[in-house]
Amino acid sequence: MTTQRTSGRRKQAIAAAAAVAALLTTAACGGGSDDGDNGSKTGAAGFDAANNKVAQADLAKKGGTLKFGAAQDADSWDTTRGYYGMMWNFARYYSRQLVTNKAEPGAAGAEVTPDLATETAKVTDDGKTYTYTLRDGVTWEDGKPITSKDVKYGIERVWAQDVLSGGPTYLKDVLDPKGEYKGPYKDTSADKLGLKAIETPDDKTIVFKLPVANSDFEEMLALVSASPVRQDMDTKSKYGLKPFSSGPYKFASYSPGKDLKLVRNTEWKQASDPIRKAYPDEITIQFFSDANQLDQRLLSGDLDLDLNQTGMSPQGRTTALKQHKGNLDNPVSGYVRYAVFPQSVAPFDNIECRKAVILGADHVSLQTARGGPVAGGDIGTNMLPPSVPGAEGQKYDPYKLATDNKGGNIAEAKAALKACGKPNGFSTTIAVRNNKPVEVATAQSLQASLKKIGVTVEIDQYDGSQTAGIIGSPSNVKKKGYGIIIMGWGPDFPSVQGFGLPLWSSKYISESGNNNYALIKDKAIDGLFDQYVTTLDDAGKTKIATEINHKVMEGAYYLPFVFERFINWRSDNLANVYTTDGYSGQYDFVNLGLKNPKK
Amino acid sequence: MTAPLHEPTAEAAPSPAEEATVATADAKAVQGRSLGRIAWERLKRDKLALSGGIVVLLLVLVALFAPMITSILGQDPNEYHENLIDPLFGTPTGSLGGISGEHLLGVEPVNGRDILARILYGARISLLVGFLSAVVAVILGTVLGILAGFFGGWVDSVVSRVMDGLLAFPQLLFIIALVSVMPNDLLGLTGSNVRVFVMILVIGFFGWPYIGRVVRGQTLSLREREYVEAARSLGAGRLYILFKELLPNLVAPIVVYTTMMIPTNILTEAALSFLGVGVKPPTASWGQMLSSAIDYYESDPMYMVVPGLAIFITVLAFNLFGDGVRDALDPKASR
Repeated sequence: MTTQRTSGRRKQAIAAAAAVAALLTTAACGGGSDDGDNGSKTGAAGFDAANNKVAQADLAKKGGTLKFGAAQDADSWDTTRGYYGMMWNFARYYSRQLVTNKAEPGAAGAEVTPDLATETAKVTDDGKTYTYTLRDGVTWEDGKPITSKDVKYGIERVWAQDVLSGGPTYLKDVLDPKGEYKGPYKDTSADKLGLKAIETPDDKTIVFKLPVANSDFEEMLALVSASPVRQDMDTKSKYGLKPFSSGPYKFASYSPGKDLKLVRNTEWKQASDPIRKAYPDEITIQFFSDANQLDQRLLSGDLDLDLNQTGMSPQGRTTALKQHKGNLDNPVSGYVRYAVFPQSVAPFDNIECRKAVILGADHVSLQTARGGPVAGGDIGTNMLPPSVPGAEGQKYDPYKLATDNKGGNIAEAKAALKACGKPNGFSTTIAVRNNKPVEVATAQSLQASLKKIGVTVEIDQYDGSQTAGIIGSPSNVKKKGYGIIIMGWGPDFPSVQGFGLPLWSSKYISESGNNNYALIKDKAIDGLFDQYVTTLDDAGKTKIATEINHKVMEGAYYLPFVFERFINWRSDNLANVYTTDGYSGQYDFVNLGLKNPKK
Repeated sequence: MTAPLHEPTAEAAPSPAEEATVATADAKAVQGRSLGRIAWERLKRDKLALSGGIVVLLLVLVALFAPMITSILGQDPNEYHENLIDPLFGTPTGSLGGISGEHLLGVEPVNGRDILARILYGARISLLVGFLSAVVAVILGTVLGILAGFFGGWVDSVVSRVMDGLLAFPQLLFIIALVSVMPNDLLGLTGSNVRVFVMILVIGFFGWPYIGRVVRGQTLSLREREYVEAARSLGAGRLYILFKELLPNLVAPIVVYTTMMIPTNILTEAALSFLGVGVKPPTASWGQMLSSAIDYYESDPMYMVVPGLAIFITVLAFNLFGDGVRDALDPKASR
């Protein structure tokens, strides 16, 4: 194909023939047994047995090696820098926080419970002061006690965004909204603990003083970015290669993109930790470059589960559903998959044109492109994922996307086009990540259904690893004419603030890494967010969350595709397995155990 | 070749070999046969090459009339038929990838587009890119090769070094990089047309040195022949020698290399579409179909087999035909 022009053409023909023969032989596989929905000879707990409930808790034994596989490494294992949900989940093996998510299935898993602290915060001063006391007997991997100063230093690292970029910055935004503190590496005080918003009167007490109250502050402290870090062990940008452990396991070895191994931290005491059961002796991760290969290893039983927890690839999924249904769970992921209309690109500045696209799209087709009702999820009808308090699921469906209009309503869409002043339709461009085949499939589905209302769409597949600079740059979006952007979003913590603030608040529009793709500048929505952070009671918070969702949908900025679901694999050997809303429907890694430690 | 006499009484006995030729050809009006005619006679005897040629012809017709054929079949390459898809697995519900009286080669997974219609439309892209990029390469290669060979000196040095450079250039990587910085609109073209245009130009551009080297070599040897000397001594101009004396004698190798280049170009197009830098969706292309079939090679193998076979048959047919053409034009060439 490249330079071998002079070689024989017959050779080419033989190669092609061999390729076809290979295809025909692989075609002969497949078919097979049926394990049924219930537990089986293999010991698998059954289909959906660990979805929002605990499967086989009593079968977990101490010891053994828990084997993860993954197609994608973490962005960083540094507690300050990781932003992948699976990294937050896994980081609980080697890090502890003042408070953390409950180790319970389903919605309870998203609630906050004390970890290093003796109890959840004592909130005073109208929600502006949070006080914690540290537990006795909490230690680092070298046996020294974890102090309130270590917690403060760990949190201060969030300010050092120039060295430690990548992680969530909620704590920085809430504790130091004006950006006065320069971070521990530029701190001129002797102990590097110059951040005024956190006080450590003694080694056991830590006090947070918020300039403005924020009702989700404790949720932010439950993120792993609030983990303690010890100053003498801080290797700055290299910390992610070997974090210093405060949890039941510590790093034994790590080669990025190849493998990672955790071993028991012998200094960690079960009595000091109400959350972590620490069943296995060792935890390993093996990284693969090919998702199909990973699925094969899961199916064969070599590995226990997928670290990434983003569902199996179509190939492995089909085999698993047909032959090993008892090893699968089908949780709701907490992600909403959607198309969003940047208002800077005409004619999407006009609400009627946005409505035309929402009404004209074939929502069943989009759902099928996402993987169908099981592997893709239920048709999305609004923008708040079901795991967030205040969400109404499919009950709130202002455009009747899951009912009357699910196949697309051409008449209503055309009426909207007329109202928009484009009775004959228009043409626009869809921006879609080139490394997500499912998203490309949804773009094609949208293209096909919009053609029926006269909207001609061109699909631009951009480099998926460059999201921040391509669709995250409003000026680039405008220049390229991206009228429709296909994306997905999951909550950082389950609240309307943890999900929607970066997407819908006018304050979060930025020139790079922007997530408010629609460029929503709605005073009503901004006002509701301001009101939300000062509302301390749960009922009030829930009500505001619902209102914000309604305002966003009324603005027709988004076309939701699905409330996402996954098909996730658990091996026959896993015990005490459950999905948790705290980590977007993933299995709660920290308490997984093995039935047969010798396997 | 001697010309037989026209007197009916002439009973001069021709040699047995000549007699046989006369008998099998037209006995009445046997004339001196042109080079092309001799080649055609030889090609006709090569059954394998002929069948390759027939397949090529059919492919061209199918590509030209793809819209008509699909409308007769009642199919559209971009129409979704999701009712034929199993929502749980995303694969067609029917057996063998959803083959039915309506969808003769089945439907695609997930969206249920008719595979036959997409194969037919895909043939348009494959052949268009294959032919036109070969044309670009032939024009560039012939002109530059003949100039380099005929003039020699610094012209030859420059052209030869450029050819060496291009042969060493990583063509596939270059196209991938080029496509990612391509604008969506170019010279009034949009969407897939831009990509097709770019592919034709780039594949053609990187292909010309192969022809250029052959033409240059042939020209080098031909320009010293007696008939060129004769023309020159009779005062023929350079242009006359180039186009009237040299070019006709270069036609055979050029034709051979063209037939050899088309299937390679078709494969390059398939590879580019496979890698996602070929035509844009929803335009159908064989390489793009193969690429999306990877996710279903176990659950819906037909989806991979059909475009695979299409590429296989096309390349095989072109290669068989090309082999035949070469043998016919130059029977003494070694294999």
